[in-house]
Amino acid sequence: MSGHLPARQQSVVRDRDPEWAREFQEIMKAYELAGGKASDLENPQGAMAVISSNRVLGVREVPGLHIEADELEHGVRARISVEPGTKVDVPVHLCFGVIPTEGLQEIISEYDIGDGAEVSFLAHCTFPNSARVQHVMDANIHIGEGATMKYSEAHYHGKEGGVEVLPTTHAKIDAGGRLSSEFDLTVGRVGKLDINYEADVGDRGIAELVARAYGSGTDDIRVNEVVRLNGEGARGMTKTRIAVKDKARSAITTTAEGNASGAVGHMDCTEIVRGDAIAQNIPIVVVRDDQARVTHEAAIGSVNSKELETLKSRGLDEDEAVDIIIQGMLA
Amino acid sequence: MDNHVLLRVDNLTLRRSGVEILRDVNLSVKHGEIHVLLGLNGSGKTSIALALMGAAGYRPESGRIWFDGRDVTTASITERAQLGITIAWQEPARFEGLPVADYLALGMKNPSRTRIEEAMNLVALSPAAYLGRPVSTDLSGGERKRIELASVYAMKPKLAILDEPDSGIDVLCLAEIVALVRKMADEGSSVLLITHRDELVQVADNASLICAGEIVRTGSAEELSTYYMERCRPHGDALGRQPWACESPEYFEQFVAEGGEQ
Repeated sequence: MSGHLPARQQSVVRDRDPEWAREFQEIMKAYELAGGKASDLENPQGAMAVISSNRVLGVREVPGLHIEADELEHGVRARISVEPGTKVDVPVHLCFGVIPTEGLQEIISEYDIGDGAEVSFLAHCTFPNSARVQHVMDANIHIGEGATMKYSEAHYHGKEGGVEVLPTTHAKIDAGGRLSSEFDLTVGRVGKLDINYEADVGDRGIAELVARAYGSGTDDIRVNEVVRLNGEGARGMTKTRIAVKDKARSAITTTAEGNASGAVGHMDCTEIVRGDAIAQNIPIVVVRDDQARVTHEAAIGSVNSKELETLKSRGLDEDEAVDIIIQGMLA
Repeated sequence: MDNHVLLRVDNLTLRRSGVEILRDVNLSVKHGEIHVLLGLNGSGKTSIALALMGAAGYRPESGRIWFDGRDVTTASITERAQLGITIAWQEPARFEGLPVADYLALGMKNPSRTRIEEAMNLVALSPAAYLGRPVSTDLSGGERKRIELASVYAMKPKLAILDEPDSGIDVLCLAEIVALVRKMADEGSSVLLITHRDELVQVADNASLICAGEIVRTGSAEELSTYYMERCRPHGDALGRQPWACESPEYFEQFVAEGGEQ
């Protein structure tokens, strides 16, 4: 199945066939499980795209922001562009999901944020019934000079852990541009998560990559992030917050390269380990300019005993206290 | 056990890493009493607080701790807290992502916004400005100390152990601490206020003086304050530290022999 869908300005829930309406309602229920609000998608002031498996159920543009979406055999190819100088006031809501128990969803996306533009995206990815679902994201991001893009992605995977999430992103940030990316997978089972992000940062540009995940059962979490600070005064930060319990595994590898004068990078990783879980962190620091500076900090292991005792002194038992500490860390 | 006594400590001895930290400590706090435990740095004040709260590594070698008629010597922190003991930690923990409002609500039996805001106002922190912020590194040490006190106040515990609430907070706030302690007592809480500042003894109904891990005197606030000023303060002023903190007993003997000049 394939076909180009033009952007639409009208409401997404009116004047559609019953099959579409049923699918839309299902994906909306799942969207809310992932933390989204269905009512946000109805806001005519806000751009949005709703994609269920390989079907584009709805797209809305706003002035200066364009969304093109093509349905592919197993997913969707999307191109989102923001015209130079455009300030998009309302966050762009993106909903990706697979409702059946099995399936493959490939989202191949391209984001082009024009010079001086500002935009934020709230993406919710939901796989509530998954027994065997693979969700592949392959994104290319270009952030123009002085432009800002915030991208926040939250997942809901149901209780079975039968999801594989494989997001790959390459971002190029021009002079004075800024990318803030947050990835959250803290509700439901993780399944298998393999994040691969790369950012090339130009003069005075900023890249902030945040990933949070809570693994249980036999979940497998891998995060591989590379920030290359190529321009003078470029700044980059990776922040990783992972909790694993039962027999879950996490392996975090972050790389920060200080390749130009005044470049400053920092990698911050905290992983809490419970039960038979195993956590690993490998920070890689590369500095190619004697005026650059890259630092890292990591805390891997049990819950901080001081935090634990403090919560116990408020009457909480061990499990309640641990839960609050982990939820706080992942908040 | 005296019906008026809420906390009683009998002959408590604590040893850590082979070193005797507390020796035969006896202490009692009545219902609704403000009891100040006064001592110089390193005298064992915090060790008493942690032993009373049941912190890891502070289980006594001998002696008993009674609370509200029950022997809690071997009870866990959680059990003690559920019985009504809590502590404002001297170095409050940081909690990434946990909002101040949630932190205060944790220990309250019936959390209410009104009570939480009242607690914040009592420690001179604006509820609007702070309740949504996380109890993390974004807050200064002084702010976290105040939030710690607010948290204990909000709980309305039977016994509040306040471990050096005055440290890390500027002098101007001493009056606020005194007011907070009095308010807690007015609401029926007993307060064990641990401090090295004898000015705070003024708030006490009774006070005890700890020296080198031993309670050396218990009495009225006035009596203890006078004793402290006459007998303890000179040591601190002369030594800059306490004799038992010296590298060895010989060091102190030599120090005295040389006329107390470092």
